[in-house]
Amino acid sequence: MSTRKFWILATPLLGAALAALGWAGFAPIQVSSHEEVFEIPKGTWARRRAGDQVEILPERIRLTVGLNDVLVIHNLDDVPQTFGPTIMMPGQSFSLPFERAASYQFICTAHASGQLTIDVEPEPTTPWSRIHWRAREWWEKHKK
Amino acid sequence: MLLGVTLVGAAEPPRLTPPDDLFKAGTLSPVMPAPEVALVGSDGKPFSIARFRGKVVLLAFGFSNCGEVCPITLATLAGARRKLGADAADVQVAYVTVDPERDNAAQMKKFLGSFDPTFVGGVGTRAQLEAAYTSYGISVNKVTQPDGSYTLGHSSSIYMIDRAGGLRAVMPYGHPADDFVHDLKILLRS
Repeated sequence: MSTRKFWILATPLLGAALAALGWAGFAPIQVSSHEEVFEIPKGTWARRRAGDQVEILPERIRLTVGLNDVLVIHNLDDVPQTFGPTIMMPGQSFSLPFERAASYQFICTAHASGQLTIDVEPEPTTPWSRIHWRAREWWEKHKK
Repeated sequence: MLLGVTLVGAAEPPRLTPPDDLFKAGTLSPVMPAPEVALVGSDGKPFSIARFRGKVVLLAFGFSNCGEVCPITLATLAGARRKLGADAADVQVAYVTVDPERDNAAQMKKFLGSFDPTFVGGVGTRAQLEAAYTSYGISVNKVTQPDGSYTLGHSSSIYMIDRAGGLRAVMPYGHPADDFVHDLKILLRS
């Protein structure tokens, strides 16, 4: 292949790659909801009491300020559950907003370990942080 | 050109402004009555949630020998009341001890009074206090020091109870006074 032909083929591909990077870095990230929702299913306490090491929530939850920065927990179990800073009655939900990036340690009776870590990351405002955020979201969405 | 088109399309959209009634604290839904407690107040009167009906109550748990968390929490709540001005008359801070061995009514009155004389402490027997801790999901861990003395690790959230006695919101430890003022204004007008 001559050099000229190579560039005829490569230029559109390079342009598309640059455009994709430009979009990923500069286009504002839009989300349909700020809420990251989890449920404590009915029967969780009974299963745990029976010796089942049921894990219904991740040990770590990652949130991002300005994007998904409200943690919502629905207690669908038959007993009260302590989640983070509060106790939730059966059928009750707890909605906890985060405005500051930090790592938060909470007590959580829905976890076998009794602990939950919530990592709140800063809002991606730079081109690189947007690219990084989008790439990670894409990866996590497609690895499932 | 492609990049140029992309950049033109990437203009920042207007940021969504959170509604005024969005709490800084975590909120509970549906709202349920705040669990009742049956204790003795640092003012010598019975200490219960029902006693403060008609006011917005900030309920927290701590102890008078606490060296870090409790003084910060109480100073923050006192600051929030000062910032509220006249509306502070409708806000009651209620502080339940997690240290029944050392805290009595007189000790709590002296401790709380150093932050704000309107604060009311709750003391009682271990059984009475344990019932309150269970109702609110409070954990208390005793840590013995090398010299034989002890300190206590404890839940440090602040429960926000509306005028009708409903447990509306829970503020995790560490929020500034302005966040309390923001949420108290919502509760005071509702």
